[in-house]
Amino acid sequence: MPRATAPAILPGSGGMRGAFSDLFWRRPKLLLLLMLLPPVLWLGIVYIGSLFALLLQSFFSIDEFSGLINREFTLKTYGDLLQAANLDIILRTVTMAALVTLASAVIAFPIAYYAARYARGRWKALFYLGVMLPLWSSYLVKVYAWKLILAKEGILTWLFGKLNLLWLLDGWLSLPIVGGNSLSVSFTGTFIVFVYVWLPFMILPVQAALERVPGNLVEASSDLGASPGQTFRNVLFPLALPGIVAGSIFTFSLTLGDYIIPQIIGTSRLFIGQAVYSQQGTAGNIPLAAAFTVVPIVIMGFYLWGAKRMGAFDAL
Amino acid sequence: MRSDRGQSAPLGLKVAAAGGLLFLHLPILLIFVYAFTTEEKSFVWPPPELTTQWFAVTWNRPDVWEALSLSIRVAAISTAIALVLGTLCAAAVSRTRFFGRETISLLVILPIALPGIITGIALRSAFALADIPFSFWTIVLGHATFCVVVVYNNAVARFRRTSGSMIEASMDLGADGFQTFRHVVLPNIATALLAGGMLAFALSFDEVIVTTFTAGQQQTVPIWMLEELIRPRQRPVTNVVAMVVVLVTLLPILFAYYLTRDGDQIAGSGK
Repeated sequence: MPRATAPAILPGSGGMRGAFSDLFWRRPKLLLLLMLLPPVLWLGIVYIGSLFALLLQSFFSIDEFSGLINREFTLKTYGDLLQAANLDIILRTVTMAALVTLASAVIAFPIAYYAARYARGRWKALFYLGVMLPLWSSYLVKVYAWKLILAKEGILTWLFGKLNLLWLLDGWLSLPIVGGNSLSVSFTGTFIVFVYVWLPFMILPVQAALERVPGNLVEASSDLGASPGQTFRNVLFPLALPGIVAGSIFTFSLTLGDYIIPQIIGTSRLFIGQAVYSQQGTAGNIPLAAAFTVVPIVIMGFYLWGAKRMGAFDAL
Repeated sequence: MRSDRGQSAPLGLKVAAAGGLLFLHLPILLIFVYAFTTEEKSFVWPPPELTTQWFAVTWNRPDVWEALSLSIRVAAISTAIALVLGTLCAAAVSRTRFFGRETISLLVILPIALPGIITGIALRSAFALADIPFSFWTIVLGHATFCVVVVYNNAVARFRRTSGSMIEASMDLGADGFQTFRHVVLPNIATALLAGGMLAFALSFDEVIVTTFTAGQQQTVPIWMLEELIRPRQRPVTNVVAMVVVLVTLLPILFAYYLTRDGDQIAGSGK
């Protein structure tokens, strides 16, 4: 039997499958809707729904005598939030988040710049993995490793001893606020571990931003007589800024909410995350815990809004 | 002429970059040494002597095995859910422009852009309001929610690189939508999905903050470790588990990297 030439337009494959296929081709919006429905329903109900439930609870209050939650709308809990002790916690956390962000940006820049501009081929891959592996390795293991390093009998003390610099360590630890009994129970320790754990979140977006800077821009700047410092201030830094802001979204937000690092390595003075945790757990004051979480939500809301305006989302 | 094209980096920059990388890696390597120390009670450095006995001790601890099993089951189910939701979302967002598109990408990013404690306590308070008891599934609910973004990111990047004209060609050649998906779209995005799935698995396997709020009495590996950090029973066992956790999470990451490293040379990207 001779082969018939295939018709220019094939008939539909027929049946349910063909009907659906044709329907989706003719009504792409329907297909779009069907694709979006599961993720939007999931995130909308599970996540946004929960956030809303949380927000709602911050307007409840706790009865001081019975310890029960009074489900009437009130601003009383927000009044409690503004007590000096709680404001102290908020201020301490925001200061730490800002310092951690700043330090991460400073440490991240050379790594990101080297990786973006000088590393090629195998070295580039090595740098990428060198940042990705710590980023993805276990958060708790990293915190644990630092417990080993910062403990009184740990590596740093040993290292300072070998270098005959124990006086320096002891001097630093005797300072108010930043010091303490040992590095593992001081704000200095908390700060180091925060920087360590969030640093890769800063490196990657800064590197992405720097990779978009054409090399000849830097050359042009130095050809025109700018010193490396001037080139950095007037060319590189402004162009890297969206990347730094993008990275700071993570370093800032993650520090605001973390409660494990300050619990394991830090003083007994609380951070927002610890306050939330103890209010909802031991104290059983869910409304106050909820009101506490509104603080990072509001701060991050403004932060994200500002970051978006600076074009940081394109650098993510 | 002061251009430095082709020249190597200034020494200061090299030192700073290398120092930064060392700072990132030394602490993790340290865990490996501590897994072999003979010192049981404290964190003495350098380790007095080295031994492998803690591996045997850890192997015989049923609580470690239970935590590991729970972690793996939670991560597997969460990854499966995240794969479906993340891919659907990525396909919709990358192919078409529609009203609310930006909102949807924000919605996907939000669970990791906001601190984990917010996701955790929000879920917990919602469970309390809805009278849902803690179970395996409450953990999965939380994990799947923040895993979506990893799959989504990987899938969106690949969808953008996959040429739309290939799909049109497939349809022109008479394939229906399902055949096009099966034979054209899926092979193109498969490695990105696998990479996203691996990362989602690692993310879920490691998650501690959201889990503390959604787990009730059950212990995943990170919860087990947290418990040991706060109330240590046998420090060397924690060291061994920490080392195993590093190895278990690093392998999927390396594999995910291997799968997406040639991402720029995907077929049809130049069109």
